[in-house]
Amino acid sequence: MSNSKGQILSNKLEIPKSDELKHPMEGYLREERFPHIWCSTCGIGTVLTGFITGLQKSGLDREKVAVVSGIGCSGRAAGYLRLDSFHSTHGRAIPFATGLALGNPELKVVVISGDGDIAAIGGNHFIHAARRNMNLTVICINNFNYAMTGGQAGPTTPEEANASTAPFGCYEYPFNLPFLAESSGAIYVARWTSLHIRRVSNSISEALLKPGFSFIEVIAPCPTLYARRNRLGSGLDLMKFYHDSAIIDHNADTRDIDIGYQDRITIGKFVDKDKPTFLENKDNFLKKKLGDKFIQYTGQNWE
Amino acid sequence: MKADPIGVATGSHYIDGDHACAEGAIAAGCRFLAGYPITPSTEVAERVAERFPFVGGQFIQMEDELASMAAVSGAVWGGAKSMTVTSGPGFSLMMENLGLATMMEVPCVLVNVQRGGPSTGLPTLTGQADMMQARWGSHGDYELISICPNSPQECFDLTIEAFNLSEKWRVPVMFMMDECVGHMIEKVVIPEADKIEITPREFYKGDKEKYRPFRFDGKGIAPMVKAGDGYFIHITGLTHDERGYPVINEQAQDKNVRHLVDKILKNEDKIRIIEEDQIDGADVVVVSYGITSRVALKAVELARKKGIKVGIMRLITVWPFPESRIRELAPKVKAFVVPEINLGQICLEVERCAQGKAKTTLVSHAGGWVHDPADILKAIEEGVK
Amino acid sequence: MAYWRVPLDIKKVEVPHGNVHIDKEQCKGCKFCVEYCPRDVLEMSAEFNRKGYHYPVVLKQGACVNCNLCEMICPDFSIFVMEGKPRNPEADEIIDRKDNQ
Repeated sequence: MSNSKGQILSNKLEIPKSDELKHPMEGYLREERFPHIWCSTCGIGTVLTGFITGLQKSGLDREKVAVVSGIGCSGRAAGYLRLDSFHSTHGRAIPFATGLALGNPELKVVVISGDGDIAAIGGNHFIHAARRNMNLTVICINNFNYAMTGGQAGPTTPEEANASTAPFGCYEYPFNLPFLAESSGAIYVARWTSLHIRRVSNSISEALLKPGFSFIEVIAPCPTLYARRNRLGSGLDLMKFYHDSAIIDHNADTRDIDIGYQDRITIGKFVDKDKPTFLENKDNFLKKKLGDKFIQYTGQNWE
Repeated sequence: MKADPIGVATGSHYIDGDHACAEGAIAAGCRFLAGYPITPSTEVAERVAERFPFVGGQFIQMEDELASMAAVSGAVWGGAKSMTVTSGPGFSLMMENLGLATMMEVPCVLVNVQRGGPSTGLPTLTGQADMMQARWGSHGDYELISICPNSPQECFDLTIEAFNLSEKWRVPVMFMMDECVGHMIEKVVIPEADKIEITPREFYKGDKEKYRPFRFDGKGIAPMVKAGDGYFIHITGLTHDERGYPVINEQAQDKNVRHLVDKILKNEDKIRIIEEDQIDGADVVVVSYGITSRVALKAVELARKKGIKVGIMRLITVWPFPESRIRELAPKVKAFVVPEINLGQICLEVERCAQGKAKTTLVSHAGGWVHDPADILKAIEEGVK
Repeated sequence: MAYWRVPLDIKKVEVPHGNVHIDKEQCKGCKFCVEYCPRDVLEMSAEFNRKGYHYPVVLKQGACVNCNLCEMICPDFSIFVMEGKPRNPEADEIIDRKDNQ
């Protein structure tokens, strides 16, 4: 093997041949579906590695973890994971996941989807699942636009940013997702960028182990549309931008962490509290009211 | 298999169609309901909310009908027997995820207690104008099963049948009630649990590597598994292959969509439930469904008194449409009379299948109340001429 | 580095070591791994892979400390690190200097 300078690499180390080795995440991926559809320097794949390592770290039985995605670039995430995975309709990943989690209460259900899916068309489902404290972990990959359909402005597009349906710049106020999640009742709220992948991974592993509605926003570069339309360079340039402008502040008040166009990004773990989940509340409440007559749902009886 | 006695309220009841439907669902073993309040269907959800804690069911009132229908599909893949309940405007919202359920081949029951439309229309008054929506409401090509009960007793019996058909064919079943049947109070007899036949869901139990969640070879319906069983299924609303993996091309689309349509249309004779009376030798056949079939009885009675040979064909399963039966009858009769509480929906199907060999007369009603039997009688009299 | 005194026990110190493996055909040339490797183990190739992307190649295998950052930051699952035998930092230096000449 030689590098670009044409030097022959001297290497006295004993290195096993690559074809004898397996990628440590291989069992977690549907290899037959690779390479994935995401563009070069897109951040979604990075978040997926963060999810897999987070899941590995959490020690959860992967047979009891299901992933639901909506529609869009991030919506394809479920399809690449070798877990029980569902690719639902646009915006409905959270209600689908709600049904799945209630239909089989043994499951830990994770929603991986994009900002448009979760905060625009699925915004209502998002706040209601948070309000109920449904036992879901929602990972929102925020690339500030609708990328699958060609870079349209979305609910998180910062003011001034250019998008194909905001050709002169966006003049709407964007959502501040951690604030939305916290005020709706989420018990765990964090925001990272795809550059902070170790923290993403740790956060996901923490969230997976917390019963209740946990929300993790991950800012990820969209090189093909958001970066190109705004002349921000490649995904790597955006990663460098995150490096320079992301500030970790775990104590930040979520009200103050709006994201402006190419402005400072406050990241960190903002909320981490405990509260009974929808099902815990339901079962305890009805047990108290109805006594022995109450029969808890623990899965459909097919016998 | 037989019904689980825990959910069967054996005995004689004096209840309305909505409540009977709820009892039917619980007796059928339904243990998940996601719904959103809407007149005149709310009583179904109310009864279920009251009964589920005692039978081990999971009830959730969702934030809207979009979410309700999505949650039903989720719950089915979680292993539950599931349903949702709605009426006109909510039915429209459910169409998106009804398409998803169809594509994912989710066995479930969607109850629509029809009211007058379009839009908010007549929230508290009857209609039958969602019949075409039940067939064509979601985009793309697909086929479903629709059932129309005409009494509270049938709301009980046919809800069980709806679940059985949905499990057998892995398809969402539309339970098309109407406000009249839903709010009509009559005697409903609920039999003993061991007299109620339930079609269980077919679960796959073999080699994990070999499992295919779909089957497109036309030789049957693939068994299901549930999330959490370690099969690592992937299920998508995209056009997919038998593994459930998205395949975006012409050939895959052909296989997938033809399967969805063929599994219902090619088995129409096995799915079909129709009631017929004095069809042989009839000059006129009245084709009706739901509450209108009860009004039509009066008209038929009057016509028979006048010496007209009238047959009755009552569609219990409206979709898939009993096409072959209408084709068979068309050359033998002078006319089909189709009364319905809309401005002409199922009559179009009858007309199509009659292929001009018999006259088809629509007796329309814009909704809000049932027909005057005299209108139907008039159409019968004109039909014999 | 020249200004630092060499610790007396340098020969006994062991640092973790990893072997980097690259699936060049899966790579889409984003350069994340090259940019963020804390030990500058990697470099972009001059050649293209089948898809027409430059891919990373190992410049200094001995310098890898098995931090796994490349593996985690790679959006295409095309690079990973296997834990190797811990190595003596002095040995790393030798390889580093040799490669940088």
